[in-house]
Amino acid sequence: MLKIWSMKQKQQQDESAATGPKKKKVTAAQLRVQKDLSELSLGSTMKTDFPNPDDILNFTLTIEPDEGMYKGGRFNFNFAINQNFPHDPPKVKCTQKIYHPNIDLEGNVCLNILREDWKPVLNLNAVIVGLQFLFLEPNASDPLNKEAAEDLKSNREGFKRNVRSAMGGGAVKGQSYERVLK
Amino acid sequence: MAADSALTNGADSQRLRWKYLDRILSRPGPFTDPDWEPGEAVIEGLSRAKILVIGAGGLGCEILKNLALSGFKDIHVIDMDTIDVSNLNRQFLFRHADVGKYKADVAARFVEKRVKGVKITPYCGKIQDKDEDYYMQFAMVVCGLDSIEARRWINATLVGLFNEEDPDSLKPLIDGGTEGFKGQARVVFPTMTSCIECQLDMHAPRAAVPLCTLATIPRQPQHCIEWAHIIAWEEERKDITLDTDDPEHITWLFQKALKRAQEFNISGVTYSMTQGVVKNIIPAIASTNAIVAASCCNEAFKLATNSNPFLGIPETDNYMMYTGDESIYTYTFQHIKKPDCPVCGNLAKNLEVDSKSTLQEFIDSLAERPEAQLKKPTIRTEAKSLYYQSPPALEEQTRPNLSKKLSELVSDGEEVAIQDPAFQIAFKFKLVFKK
Repeated sequence: MLKIWSMKQKQQQDESAATGPKKKKVTAAQLRVQKDLSELSLGSTMKTDFPNPDDILNFTLTIEPDEGMYKGGRFNFNFAINQNFPHDPPKVKCTQKIYHPNIDLEGNVCLNILREDWKPVLNLNAVIVGLQFLFLEPNASDPLNKEAAEDLKSNREGFKRNVRSAMGGGAVKGQSYERVLK
Repeated sequence: MAADSALTNGADSQRLRWKYLDRILSRPGPFTDPDWEPGEAVIEGLSRAKILVIGAGGLGCEILKNLALSGFKDIHVIDMDTIDVSNLNRQFLFRHADVGKYKADVAARFVEKRVKGVKITPYCGKIQDKDEDYYMQFAMVVCGLDSIEARRWINATLVGLFNEEDPDSLKPLIDGGTEGFKGQARVVFPTMTSCIECQLDMHAPRAAVPLCTLATIPRQPQHCIEWAHIIAWEEERKDITLDTDDPEHITWLFQKALKRAQEFNISGVTYSMTQGVVKNIIPAIASTNAIVAASCCNEAFKLATNSNPFLGIPETDNYMMYTGDESIYTYTFQHIKKPDCPVCGNLAKNLEVDSKSTLQEFIDSLAERPEAQLKKPTIRTEAKSLYYQSPPALEEQTRPNLSKKLSELVSDGEEVAIQDPAFQIAFKFKLVFKK
C-alpha cells in the first residue's frame, strides 16, 4: 500500500484535489442528466416543463406534432429518472388517455429503447426522438392498444378518422378519450 | 502427541492455527517485492487492519469466513437485510432459527464464535446511513453486493474521500459479484485506477421483454407475471406502492398472472416464480460465490500484507472475470480508467469565491479560467439547479438566480458541477468563501 501511495503522489504532481468541509455531492445520475439536457434538441415541436426546477430527474415533455395523423395535438409525457440512470432507462408515461396503437390507456409506451433495447450509451435525446417518431409512424406490429392497432392495420383511413375524433375528446368503440387538441 | 498437546493449550493453539499463514508472512517468496520485510510486523499489521465488508449475503458469508481465516482480526460488516428461509441453502452462517433476524448480526456472532480472537462489528442498515468519517476508519472495503446502485454509491463515496495530503484517505475497493455461473472480482484504487463508474458498461443489462409482447401475445409464464407486475398493478392498484417483500402483494400478482396464463393457455406460473420474476432473482450458485469470494479475500490479504503482487496495482490488471456456464474460462485484464468518468474523471477542486458576488459574476469568471474556458456553463449543486443554459424552460426558471449572491445559493465549501457544451465532462468545484 505504501508503494501505491508513492505512485499516487507522482501521478498527482500537477493536480490538486479539494479538501474542506464535507458536503453532499452532485450525484452521477444528476451529472449525466445535466449533460443530456444540455444536448437536447427540442426543435419547435417539443418543450419541457420542470415542476421543481431543482429536481432535474423529474419533468414533463410536451410534443406537438406538426405533421402526420396526430398533427394539431398536444401530448404530455412524464419522465421519471432514478439514481441508477443511465444503467436504468428513464420511466416515461403519457399523462393523457389517447388513442394510439403503441400507447395503452394507462399511458404505458411501447418503445424498444425504453425497455428491452435500452443501453447506457443512449441519451434522453434518443428517447424524445423515439417518442416523436411514434406520432409520425404509429406501429401496428407492436401493439399496446390492440384495438387501435387492428384498426390501423385493417383500415388506415378509418383509423385516421378515429384518431381525429379521439383527439377531439370523442369516443372510439365505446371508449372515451381525452381532448388533446391545441 | 506434541501437536495434540499444543492444540489443547490456549494461546499456543491459537498461534498454531495460523502456522501456514505465518510462513507466508515471515519469509520472502518468489514474487515478493525486494523491499518487503517479512516478519512479526507484517503479521501484526494484518491483525490490526480494520476492514469493512459490505453485504452479508451469499458472497458476504464467504467473505467474512475467509477474512477471519486469513488473519484479519478487526472486521466490520454492513447489511440492511434480514434472513429469509431461501437464503439457508448457501448462506451457511445462518440457521433455521435465525430466519427474520438481521444478517449482519447473525453472521458476525457466528464467525466470532467459530474463529477465536476475531472481532466483527455489525451494522444493520443502509450504507447510505454512514458518513465519510465512518468510511475513513477502514484500511479497505470489500463488497459482496447484488445491487449496482449500492456499488455506485460506495464507489463515489470512496472517490470523494480521497485527499491528496493524506495517504490514509486512499481506500482500495475490492468488489465481487456473481450471477449464476458467472462472476467477477475487481480492485479499484479510487482516483488512480478505473472505478466502478468507469466500468458501468461491464454490467449486463437486465433482460427485458417488449411491453407489447406482455400486453398482447404472452408466450411464457414469466410474460404473464411481468404483465401483472407492470400493467395490471398500475391499472388496478395504482395508489398502493408495490412492496415485493409483502406476501399479500406477491399473492395478488400471482393470482393475476395465473388467470392471464389460463386465458392464453400457458402453464407453469407459480408463487415462487412470481416472486423470482418480480424481484429479479437470479438463481445463486454457492460454488460461484465461493470462487469469487475467495479471489476477493486473497486480494485483500495481499493488499494488507504486501506479501505478493495483487490485482489493481496501477497500470496492471484490475479485473478478473470468471465464466463457468460453458465449460470454464477466466480472464484477467486491465480495465482502463475513463478520462471522462463522471465520478473519478474530474475531482472537485477548491475554488475561492467572494460570497457577495452574484452568480452571473461567478459565471463570467469561469470564462476566464485558465484550465478550461467555460463560456456557456450550466451549473448545479446536489440540491439546487443554479443556472441551466437549456432546455429553454429550465433556463427561464433558473435565470432569476443569476442576480442572486452566491451566499444565497450555496453554502461555504459546497460542491457545484458545471457542464459546458465545449467539454464532454463536467467540472466540479468546491466553492470556498473568501474570509
